[in-house]
Amino acid sequence: MDIASFLSEPLSYAFIQRGMLALVLVGGINAVVGCFVVVRGMAFFGDALSHAILPGIAISYTASGGYVGSNLFVGGLSAGIVSALVIAWLTRNQELKEDSAIAIVFVTMFALGIAIVSTQGSYTADLTHILFGSINGISQNDLLLMAAMAAVVAVIIALLYKEFLIISFDLSLAHSLRLPVEILRLTLLILIAVTIVVSLQAVGIALMLALLITPAATARLLVKRLHHMIFIACLIGIISGVMGFYASYYLDIPSGACIVLTLSALFGTVFVLKSAFSLLAERG
Amino acid sequence: MVKLGFHHSTRDVDREQPALRVDRLSAGYPGNRQALNDISFTVDSGERVAIIGPNGAGKSTLFKAIVGVLPFSAGQISIYGEDCHSSHSNVGYVPQQSAIDWSFPASVFDVVMMGRSRHIGWFRWPSKDDRDIVRDILEHLSLDGLAKRQISELSGGQRRRVFIARALAQDTRVMVLDEPFTGVDQTSEQEIIETLDILTNHGITILLSTHHMENASLHFDKILILKGEVLAYGEAKAVMKPENLTRAFGGAIPVFAHGDELLMFSKDKVGGAPRGHR
Repeated sequence: MDIASFLSEPLSYAFIQRGMLALVLVGGINAVVGCFVVVRGMAFFGDALSHAILPGIAISYTASGGYVGSNLFVGGLSAGIVSALVIAWLTRNQELKEDSAIAIVFVTMFALGIAIVSTQGSYTADLTHILFGSINGISQNDLLLMAAMAAVVAVIIALLYKEFLIISFDLSLAHSLRLPVEILRLTLLILIAVTIVVSLQAVGIALMLALLITPAATARLLVKRLHHMIFIACLIGIISGVMGFYASYYLDIPSGACIVLTLSALFGTVFVLKSAFSLLAERG
Repeated sequence: MVKLGFHHSTRDVDREQPALRVDRLSAGYPGNRQALNDISFTVDSGERVAIIGPNGAGKSTLFKAIVGVLPFSAGQISIYGEDCHSSHSNVGYVPQQSAIDWSFPASVFDVVMMGRSRHIGWFRWPSKDDRDIVRDILEHLSLDGLAKRQISELSGGQRRRVFIARALAQDTRVMVLDEPFTGVDQTSEQEIIETLDILTNHGITILLSTHHMENASLHFDKILILKGEVLAYGEAKAVMKPENLTRAFGGAIPVFAHGDELLMFSKDKVGGAPRGHR
């Protein structure tokens, strides 16, 4: 088989084309948002939020009679925002450490989600879809909604980039410039929640964290400025989306697992090469 | 005086007004270390004031209240006669170095550009003018060669100067520096003092906290001894007296008057502060 047919063969079906576009979209937008998650040290929060959306997803899912699609968006986003607000409220006067608050909200919401899904007859299959994504079930409308929401997230980040940079780097400057720190922080949390919900169908809850963290962490190794990091991470996310897609098609492995393993391989390669180069540089 | 790009947009301030007036300020949790109780003082335009006091005296609390990082429970702070809540960009803050994540992916240029944020305005990206102003400031503080460096690749003195440059980019008239001399070598110390002189030449009022008695006495118009309240405030020769220092530091710093000199001994620093040098 030559390269052209290797690349084009999977794309002969419209539903598979949509799957690939979804992976590219999800890989890109997660990488952009993930840069802020990484520089702010919010990896645990990202993981928790991706699990805490489950009850909202479960309610939308049950209400639609067991359909996995963009209908899950509203429920998932609501649960994500509620979780973020509850965490912010629990930690408002430092009586409770933030990581403890995140952990408690995370497990409670996740357990609630499982309880709701389990009321459905097709419990195991449904939960599998939600946990690991179902790339082949993405409709035209789902894809359009995903693209629209990803675009909104990207535009908001572009518009508020310098403010997000300041609140991530130095809160004292943010305060002395009288920036509305709490509103900006909440906006960032909501953007993370939207990104997670957008990605749900393509990669599922279980592996979401990798898409947020790995491209950003890889880019962090390569460049020294946040906007460069965002650009490189986005590129890595998109490339991994494409590579993961082909690996998934030809090796018959779930797309979520493929994209995550691709990301990890890229990270590993960059990490090892960078260590080798700095070792060589030290020896002159 | 060099006419600098970053002064183009400076708002006029009423130089007859004190640059900073702190009036009956109480801040921090009552009873807590670091809390301030009913303190008042004024700093005139262009003056340099060093704030000394033991650890936990409330130096950082005071600075955070002035800058607006910490809401305060009672009293008033005004900058050139305007309440500090409205005169936001007039105070620049150089935080303690330990408060900064030096591994953050930002270059020297990026950090200084952060100070322009208010001037750039909401939903906008820096214009060519903003970039020119940042380059001007970097050049003026001899940081232009370092613009592309990641901030972790800087010496102690350079790190502090980058944050001073950032405060300048805010068009600040009053600059507050939290312990810039802590943890730097002598070369860096000299660099910082030279940078303070540049600020003074531009009429910027400086408030600086330090444990370094000698620098405080030699390079500042006034010294304020703080320990939850203002123990003494005025010119070095009037303030740096054994009784004041003993009240502030207890027995930790034995102080002796020796002819024209004031000798202070502490565990890590031994310094002589000449009297009446200014």
